[in-house]
Formats: sequence, structure tokens, C-alpha cells
Amino acid sequence: MSSAWQAVWAVVKKDILAELRTKETLSMMLIFVLLAVFIFNFAFDLRVENVREVAPGVMWVAFVFAGVLGLNRSFIQEADKGCLDGLLMTPVDRSLIYLGKMLGNLIFMLAVDAIALPVFSVLLNLALVRWDIALIVVLGTLGFAGVGTLFSAMTANTRAREVMLPLLLFPVALPLVLAAVKATAGVLDGASLGEVANWLNLLIGYDVVFLTISYLTFDYVVES
Amino acid sequence: MKGQVERWPAVEARGISKAFGRYRVLRGVDLRIQPGEFVALLGPNGAGKTTFLRILATLSRPSEGRAWINGQPLDGDTRRVRQQIGLVSHQTFLYGDLTAEENLRFYGRLYRVPALEERIAELLQRVGLYERRHDPVRTFSRGMQQRLSIARAVLHDPPVLLLDEPDTGLDQQAARMLRELLSLMGAEQRTILMTTHQLERAREMSTRVAILAGGQIRWDSPTAHLSTAELAEAYMELVERRPANALPGASA
Repeated sequence: MSSAWQAVWAVVKKDILAELRTKETLSMMLIFVLLAVFIFNFAFDLRVENVREVAPGVMWVAFVFAGVLGLNRSFIQEADKGCLDGLLMTPVDRSLIYLGKMLGNLIFMLAVDAIALPVFSVLLNLALVRWDIALIVVLGTLGFAGVGTLFSAMTANTRAREVMLPLLLFPVALPLVLAAVKATAGVLDGASLGEVANWLNLLIGYDVVFLTISYLTFDYVVES
Repeated sequence: MKGQVERWPAVEARGISKAFGRYRVLRGVDLRIQPGEFVALLGPNGAGKTTFLRILATLSRPSEGRAWINGQPLDGDTRRVRQQIGLVSHQTFLYGDLTAEENLRFYGRLYRVPALEERIAELLQRVGLYERRHDPVRTFSRGMQQRLSIARAVLHDPPVLLLDEPDTGLDQQAARMLRELLSLMGAEQRTILMTTHQLERAREMSTRVAILAGGQIRWDSPTAHLSTAELAEAYMELVERRPANALPGASA
């Protein structure tokens, strides 16, 4: 393993180890995502005739808000006891620290998505556990974790950081969420992945552009 | 001499200034520290001691001026500089949910420390925490956390150690243990720059004392023939007898 990947893996492993010790972030995200789908279920009175139209929106709203909870904690943990300074002082390219934090966030979000999807499937009476939906979820979550990790680092030392993160992140993530909802809706309506290719391309394009920007700008974001 | 290149000062700062918006904290700090020196940097709250140390630690960029660590400029690729410095602050940089050993292992991997497990065991024994190596850091007292923080800072054997009021919040016994540990680090021919408010401690521990006031180094003297009374008098003259806004470097 190259030294760059060793550094990335060290950060990912540290985040997973800390999470396994406390289980705070994952349990919080999971409870939120399940509560959200229960509440939506009752609020919209999701019946067979309208569930297909509403489900993609419900699913992605739950994923995005749960993701924000996880992202908020990601750098607050680093800001505590000055750990972020400790990380930034190591002789590692700071973009690799971003990559490590982003991969950690992605793993937590995908874990929550993987548990939530079968539950949604049962509650909404829809076949959501399928490879085409999984692909859309992975692409959407990747972009959200990518841009969210950068904004989480930006807001970690601000006042009212819990509010600042969604305020800054949601407008930027709007095209991603829109593409993810539309692609999910299309697939649920029986379209093939080829038929929703325009939305998939938007997801892939967003992921590539924002992951690259975030990777390149992280150093400037964390420097005072 | 911990891999230092003899012809370079261990730390050199030339005309370092730092402004936060309209407020100028540092106004042209010049400081040169030779390898193996232990310099105590004194100054009142808000004098810019921490800001200066953060600049040397590559955590903040100066608004003006340049600095070098062992001849490596801080405005170039700072990765080589970061390999040569360790920072102990009143913040411990430790993860509370990880054990002492896991914290050191994590930082050791990022610093690519050779024979890491042996180094971790050696340092934990030196700071007296070997028996507690499997305990989460959040269960440690403040003094224990600060000792572990020193182990973290010297894990990669840096030739330059920056200490930012390392004894803040420690009781007498913990502060004494910390001083003993730091003296030991100084005895290893490491270059140390420490900020503190404690005049007596600064004179006892260091080989040189500098006073930062009004954003500049106003006084700089070796401690070999310096009494605490002389140091206190100089400090009073520069800091306490003159109101902050009367100092030439003070912000309006």
C-alpha cells in the first residue's frame, strides 16, 4: 500500500474505531432515517396509488437529513480537544486527510442506507432492494458525502455550526438530490437505467466535479 | 543533534506580522533560535504568543514576513517542516474515545514512525502511562492527558518542540511532573520554544527568555546570569507598567 493510501486508511480506520466504541453517529442517523419514513408514511397516507410518486422524495429527504447529522459530528469530533490541528500538523498532504474523512462519512452513510432500504421496502411496499436503486443510492451518497465533508470542515469552528452546515450544504447539494430523486422515480416507474441516463450522468458529473473541487480546496478551507 | 543541519538556526522568524481583520496581533516579530536552545516566550494575554506558535506550527499563515524551521521555509511545501516539529498546546489533540495506545498508533502511522509499536511502548513508559495504555483517553485526568500529549508530540522524534502554555489547568503535582518531562526533552538536545505566563518557571527551565509585547519581541536575554527579580522588572516595565494602548505596537 502506498504511503498516501496508508494515511487515508489511517484516518478511515480511526473514525470507524471511534464510532464502534460509541456507536453515537450511526445509531443517531439510523433512528432519524427510520423515524422520518414512519412520519412520512402517516403524514402522506402513502397508499398503493400514490406511494410510487412520493417514495423517492421521502427516501432521499430521509437520507439527506440523516447524512447531515453524521456530517455535523464528523468534524465536531475533530475540533474537540484541537484534534483537527493535530491532524493538520502531520506531514501528510491535507487533501488525503479530506479523502480519509470523506470515505469515513461515506461508509457511515452507506451503512445507514443499506439498513434503511429494506425497511423502506417493507413499509412502502415497494421493491427498493435492487441493484439499479443501489447504484443510484451509491452515486447520490458519494456526491453528498464528498461535498458535505468539505462543508463540515468549513463550519466545524463556526458558531451555530449545526445550523450552518445544512444552510450552506443544501443549496449546493440541490442538483444532486434532484437527480437522485428523478433517477429513483424513473427506475421505480419501470424505466431502465439507460432511460434515466441523463439523471445518472448528472449524478456522475456532480460526483466527479465536486469531489475534485473538494479534494483540491480542502487545504485552503482548513487553513487560518 | 536530531538530524538538524548545523548551519541553519533551528527556528528563524523575520518580520512576522499577523492581522485578523483590522486587528494586528503581531507586528514584525524577529526571532532566531539556535539548535538545542530552550527559549521561553513571555507575554500578557493577547500578546500574540499562541498566534506566533501557530504560524511556526504551519497552522496559520503570516500576513507578512517569513519563517524557517531548520532552514525549511514555512511558505513552501510545509510537509517537510511538519515532520520536524512537535506541538504541545493546552489542547491535547487526543481522541477521547480511543485508548492511549490507539491515539499514538494513529498519529504514528501519519508520521510514518519506524518500529512504531516499540516506540509507543517506550514513550508510554517514559510518561508513566504504560499501565493505562488500553484505557480510553477520556477516563484520564488532565495531567495524564497532557503527559500523553507530550508523548504524541515527540512520537516522530522532532528536533523542534513548540510548547504553548503546556501547564494550563494542571495542579501543582501534575505541573511538576510535566516540567520534569519537559526538562528531560530539553536534555535530549531538542530545540524548545515555550510560551508561558510564569516568570519563575520560564527562568528555571529555559536557556533564554524573550518577552513579546505590542506584537513584537521587546526583550531577549539568556537566563544563565538572570535572576527572577531582573526578569520580573523587565516584564513589569514592558508589560504591566505601561497600559496596552501606550505600547508602540499596540493596536488602536
